[in-house]
Amino acid sequence: MLGYIKLAILGFAVVVAAVAAGLARDLSYQIHALIFMVSAAIAFIWLIRRVSEPAPVVDPNTYMDGPVRFGVIATAFWGVVGFLVGVVIAFQLAFPWLNFEWAQGFMNFGRLRPLHTSAVIFAFGGNALISTAFYVVQRTSAARLWGGSLAWFVFWGYQVFILLAATGYVTGSTQSQEYAEPEWLADLWLTIVWVAFLAIYMGTLIKRREPHIYVANWFYLAFIVTVAMLHLINNVQIPVSFLGSASIPVWSGVQSAMIQWWYGHNAVGFFLTAGFLGMMYYFIPKQAERPVYSYKLSIMHFWALIFLYIWAGPHHLHYTALPDWAQTLGMTFSIMLWMPSWGGMINGLMTLSGAWDKLRTDPIIRMMVVAVGFYGMATFEGPMMSIKAVNSLSHYTDWTIGHVHSGALGWNGMITFGALYYLVPKLWQREGLYSLRLVSWHFWLATIGIVLYAASMWVTGIMEGLMWREVDAQGFLVNSFADTVAAKFPMYVVRGIGGVMFLTGAIIMCYNLWKTVTSTAERKPASVGSAVPAE
Amino acid sequence: METYSLLRAFADSWHLLFMFCFFIGVFVYILRPGGKKVHEDTANMIFRNDDKPAAEDNRKRQAGHADLREAK
Amino acid sequence: MGLLDHHGKIERHATLLLVLSFLVVSIGGIVQIVPLFYLDNTIEKVEGMRPYSPLEIAGREIYRREGCYVCHSQMVRPMRDEVERYGHYSLAAESMYDHPFQWGSKRTGPDLARVGGRYSDDWHVQHMIKPQSVVPESIMPSYGFMMNRELTRKDAEEVIDIMGIYRMLGHPYTDEMMDVAMTDFFAQVDPFGDPVADRYPGAQQRNFDGQEAVTEMDAVIAYLQMLGTLVDFDTFVPDASR
Repeated sequence: MLGYIKLAILGFAVVVAAVAAGLARDLSYQIHALIFMVSAAIAFIWLIRRVSEPAPVVDPNTYMDGPVRFGVIATAFWGVVGFLVGVVIAFQLAFPWLNFEWAQGFMNFGRLRPLHTSAVIFAFGGNALISTAFYVVQRTSAARLWGGSLAWFVFWGYQVFILLAATGYVTGSTQSQEYAEPEWLADLWLTIVWVAFLAIYMGTLIKRREPHIYVANWFYLAFIVTVAMLHLINNVQIPVSFLGSASIPVWSGVQSAMIQWWYGHNAVGFFLTAGFLGMMYYFIPKQAERPVYSYKLSIMHFWALIFLYIWAGPHHLHYTALPDWAQTLGMTFSIMLWMPSWGGMINGLMTLSGAWDKLRTDPIIRMMVVAVGFYGMATFEGPMMSIKAVNSLSHYTDWTIGHVHSGALGWNGMITFGALYYLVPKLWQREGLYSLRLVSWHFWLATIGIVLYAASMWVTGIMEGLMWREVDAQGFLVNSFADTVAAKFPMYVVRGIGGVMFLTGAIIMCYNLWKTVTSTAERKPASVGSAVPAE
Repeated sequence: METYSLLRAFADSWHLLFMFCFFIGVFVYILRPGGKKVHEDTANMIFRNDDKPAAEDNRKRQAGHADLREAK
Repeated sequence: MGLLDHHGKIERHATLLLVLSFLVVSIGGIVQIVPLFYLDNTIEKVEGMRPYSPLEIAGREIYRREGCYVCHSQMVRPMRDEVERYGHYSLAAESMYDHPFQWGSKRTGPDLARVGGRYSDDWHVQHMIKPQSVVPESIMPSYGFMMNRELTRKDAEEVIDIMGIYRMLGHPYTDEMMDVAMTDFFAQVDPFGDPVADRYPGAQQRNFDGQEAVTEMDAVIAYLQMLGTLVDFDTFVPDASR
């Protein structure tokens, strides 16, 4: 019966999407409608071929790892795509002719940058979070995922969201709010997918077979629920037409700025920090084969972090037209945020106490430790940059870009790579990785790439900040804006090279993981019957 | 703005003191010896059930001896 | 001790954990965002602010679509060098009709909050077609395609839909403004057309790109030439405790 209802809904969706594609007012909307149509049609065909078969028997005493495996593949794939677009736009800034004449309306920097940020944050980071969340919540709850095939809906639904966002940016559909660029249709779709994600997560926690909820799950849970709140409030908008992609956000001016950076900073705080801390609290202890250094510290880390982070938004708006009281609050809480951040860092690093020798022999743990190191560095730099006096120099400059990337490449990238290296042999029942040497190559390429990136951006950022404000003895400005642009050229090239190294490392990882699945020995089951794939 | 100055004065006197004490309290809490057993058990949870879910009644059985105070 | 021991309960109750986490993360946003909607001095009282004219809306939508905010801020901070380089520091009132705000976060190119009237239309056209022809050091992509993208009545209708939404959200568009919006849209590029400035004081009215057709270039330049020119700073008194 349920199967027929699903078929009816999908069939209806195909028809509605086809009509919408025909009546579309703009290209982005037409493409979006077609994406919906094709996805619904594929799901329809997939279902109808199985409609007469008896429902497959699901053993509740196995884990559901199918969506996790797909999530791992998607993470690696979108990672490479996102890094590649990043390299392209980095070189566009050094060599503007890379904004090709023939691609003017589609591939100018202004359209590719949201593509890059969304690809790395939401496609790479998001897939990493969803797949590891599904993996971790099952292992720490000792129970199979709740909701059956809903997990597949979340995985595929999320990929559809990524396609909607990506095609939208290139064809000019954007809400023009950083990290919240997708317009109303994609926003609504993401809301549906996200609610399903939350339901699966909560359902699994509720039916868990362990008395306690392991701390990694708290971070994942806070990430899911907070991102839902941020997404809903920052994206209150009115579609111009139900047959067009454009929409008008309801908030305006100073309120719009405050809500946007409340959202924007907590996209960092909850998407890129809380969720990834969930990864840290599971994968580092697992890889180090030691329990987390202090479980109590992790409790305090959790509450302090989620309470303080949400206040930090206004530090993106220092000296702007945002009222001073809000700026002061933002600065104060940003500085305080240093404490829980470093508490978490210490907790992650000290997990290795007594096992430091693993750093020499295990390149995966090295990757994870460097990730935590970069987390510590970025969470020191962030509070420092939120001090108004520092911010007056650093704001609007490349320093911010460098800061973001030491966090994103160093912390999010490296911990994800570590998790992928851990997960692939587990998920495909392999003895181990294809090559630890290649992991080492990846490690060094990525680390040196990040250092080149961050260092060059410090130099350009501080340089342009100082050049903008430089006055001569008579009190006149010394540099025109164009002078500062010209002065940054060499460092832009260095930054691009750093990006190429990071991208190369990721490609090596993909090769290594591919070979791990295809040409290493199968792991012998630890106990009888335990290695049967869930799906 | 009267409310503003009032809140401002409160924030940088009593509330600051409160936050400082709270911070110290947090440290004391982290370092206190009680509850160690539960937390150790929880921290080690990740090393169980790696390949397949636990038995169905595991939660009840575990709750029995992991933390007797709360198993009412 | 007693209170802290209760944490054990949260560790065992998923729904409680969810609800408490949600409460904790909602506090900061409530304290920082809600007062901005009712504190009187959040948006300064100034002379001269008006909603966007139809053609300016079209220009602003193109500005958003092309992601100009990615490299250009529209927010002059009250610092000596910025005031000297760009003009009077920006006020909250100046973006009160901006859905969403376009303050930006990065200056890969210069701030545009007060770019209006700073360069000629010809300069803008040249600059959009090939930025390096007027600023050799520039790394801006070219936007010459906007010269060829004609704006039709269909585009104007979309703008009028947007005006309807703005009006619903409280922008002071009068019935008259709504009625003649279609005419205003095309009149603003016609130096001999019905003066748009009657309804939108300070609106620039001329053939911006020098072409017969009304193009995206016209709209963008109309928008840029208006930026930061509306507020009458002779009558502006800053609020000391804001």
